[in-house]
Amino acid sequence: MHIVVCVKQVPDTKIIKINPKTNTLDRRSAPAILNPYDAHAVQEAVKIRAKTGGSISVLSMGPPQATAVIKKSIEIGADRGYLLTDRAFAGADTLATSYALSKALERIEKDLPVDMVICGKHAIDGDTGQVGPGIARRMDIPPITSVIEVTEVNPQEKTVLLKRKLTSGYEFIKSEMPCLLTVEKEINEIDYSPMPNMIKAARYEPIIWTVNDLENVERTKLGLKGSPTIVGKMFTPPRPEGGKKLEGTTSQQVSQLMEILLEKKDLFTISKA
Amino acid sequence: MNFDDYCGVWVFIEQNDGKIEGVSLELLGAGRSLADKLQVPLSGFILGDGIRSLASQVIAYGADQVYVIDHPVLKHYRTESYMKGVIHLAQNYKPEIILYGATPNGKDLASAVATDLNTGLTADTTMLDVDVDKRLLEASRPAFGGNIMATILCKKHRPQMATVRPKVMKALAPDSGRNGKVIEENISLKEEEMRTKVLQIVNDVTKKTNLADAHVIVCGGKGMGDLQNFQLIHELAETIGASVGGTRDVVEAGWLPHEQQVGQTGETVTPKIYFAIGISGAIQHVVGMKNSELIIAINKDPNAPIFDVATYGIVGDAMEIVPALIEQFKSLRTEKGGEVSYV
Ligand SMILES: Cc1cc2nc3c(=O)[nH]c(=O)nc-3n(C[C@H](O)[C@H](O)[C@H](O)COP(=O)(O)OP(=O)(O)OC[C@H]3O[C@@H](n4cnc5c(N)ncnc54)[C@H](O)[C@@H]3O)c2cc1C
Ligand SMILES: Nc1ncnc2c1ncn2[C@@H]1O[C@H](COP(=O)(O)O)[C@@H](O)[C@H]1O
Repeated sequence: MHIVVCVKQVPDTKIIKINPKTNTLDRRSAPAILNPYDAHAVQEAVKIRAKTGGSISVLSMGPPQATAVIKKSIEIGADRGYLLTDRAFAGADTLATSYALSKALERIEKDLPVDMVICGKHAIDGDTGQVGPGIARRMDIPPITSVIEVTEVNPQEKTVLLKRKLTSGYEFIKSEMPCLLTVEKEINEIDYSPMPNMIKAARYEPIIWTVNDLENVERTKLGLKGSPTIVGKMFTPPRPEGGKKLEGTTSQQVSQLMEILLEKKDLFTISKA
Repeated sequence: MNFDDYCGVWVFIEQNDGKIEGVSLELLGAGRSLADKLQVPLSGFILGDGIRSLASQVIAYGADQVYVIDHPVLKHYRTESYMKGVIHLAQNYKPEIILYGATPNGKDLASAVATDLNTGLTADTTMLDVDVDKRLLEASRPAFGGNIMATILCKKHRPQMATVRPKVMKALAPDSGRNGKVIEENISLKEEEMRTKVLQIVNDVTKKTNLADAHVIVCGGKGMGDLQNFQLIHELAETIGASVGGTRDVVEAGWLPHEQQVGQTGETVTPKIYFAIGISGAIQHVVGMKNSELIIAINKDPNAPIFDVATYGIVGDAMEIVPALIEQFKSLRTEKGGEVSYV
């Protein structure tokens, strides 16, 4: 069983700051982290490997600093990592990203056939969740999104049983392998990394590929050139006008509010029990 | 690619078990105004098994045409089968714009279709407009954790596609007298060729407190101080028959489960009445509740941004005001002898 997990380095949007003059991201304000959903994706791969054996590769596309998220993935338990880094990939939207990643997967597959690809639900900097299904389409394997449980993996029959989140509930899906999953956070808890993993991660040097290491690449499909979507403009959301503030003492305010609520007859009625 | 070949605004009509999802009706409303601006027809497209009869509803909610693919293999949503149908339709009829609800299935479908059609897709849109001269869809969405909005354009590819968040667009009032055309399409699908099977679907209504459907929501924030004081929120909600919601900070503090979080990373809600109590009104919270009909904010800070979206605001201490409100409703109940409820 060979699982490839796609991991992305993202700015931590929890503490991000926006420069109000230029409406751009203040990069210094945001430390780069492993996309939280991708950490759960690596953890799930570790859980699957514990049952089926085999190995885990992680794949990331990003600037040279993104080696940090590969090291982090090794800490969680991945066996090896590939970093796709080249100017040619810069400025990619989800379509161009899934193209580049699928080309890298093709190359990985030459050395070791891939049974499963796992992505995060979405990357917190872009929030799209489109790269996973995009990779699956390009590899022509089934995508199963919003996975909340990997119930059973059968490497002999090459099938997997999954629980997938829906708008109002969930469903059980059986899929052939290879397939691609995107995972939600609730799929698992991230374990503390064992000491040997930490040591391995500290010394680990990822395999670095540039565009020249990939085969049969159409350059026009990469990076900015290969991206159909562009950002037209950035703006601060329009500030709505406020309504009325109720004046007076607490009890006066409460009475006024009661009047407003009860005046709208259809809002509250008393139904006889 | 000849752009002149591409014409019309399309909406994916998501149905589950023969029931159309609310977001699809909302998108027919939003799609109607885009189509009118561009002076092109609005079409809905629906896939499933035994769902032909839903077409009239799609027309009543604003569509001029409905494309229907009815096939046993489409009984339950699956990427592989639904994707085939949508790609078939898009390649044959060449719409210039396709909108999908940003539900788990809508996002899944749109992402797969965009790859095959080799076109752009904007995710989780919250504002839609068109540049009529350039025939460009302007899909705006929160970026960088919601602090800012970005307008995404797709200039050189067609169709232009977007997924749109539920509850941010408005459905039109249905008009059963509207006329429209129903176009049935056949595609060849074989169950043996499907690599995925849906084994079982479980509707889990207990887990969701049905915030999305609630008429009245009492939502509490970090300003309630602690878990014990937060009980006041539950008490008020119970007294008036409302559902309880919370901010992310409340959920992170463990006062409420994640299902009850309102906002960008939680539920989007549009109740008739929304009480925002001890909530500062951060943008990520506001995007999830600002379309409520009547918003009542209680906050002790007169400059709290929540007052910018509130219909009525009370500047004061929630620890005094909420018990007083509970008191008033309770005495009303005793006076009239019954339950207070929304009709
Ligand atoms: C990527 C991202 C996603 C996010 N998603 C969400 C989301 O989905 N939902 C969400 O809610 N937040 C979300 N947030 C967090 C959001 O930015 C705010 O931090 C959060 O909404 C604040 O919660 P709060 O209003 O409860 O707390 P605070 O901001 O701490 O506000 C508490 C308020 O209570 C008032 N107060 C204090 N004591 C009293 C009293 N006795 N009586 C009356 N008023 C009192 C204070 O004046 C203050 O205004 C997100 C943030 C990020 C970065
Ligand atoms: N540059 C990247 N490198 C590796 N994986 C990525 C990259 N971008 C996106 N992904 C994967 O795709 C998922 C969804 O990303 P997105 O579609 O950008 O929200 C992420 O959780 C990752 O698993």
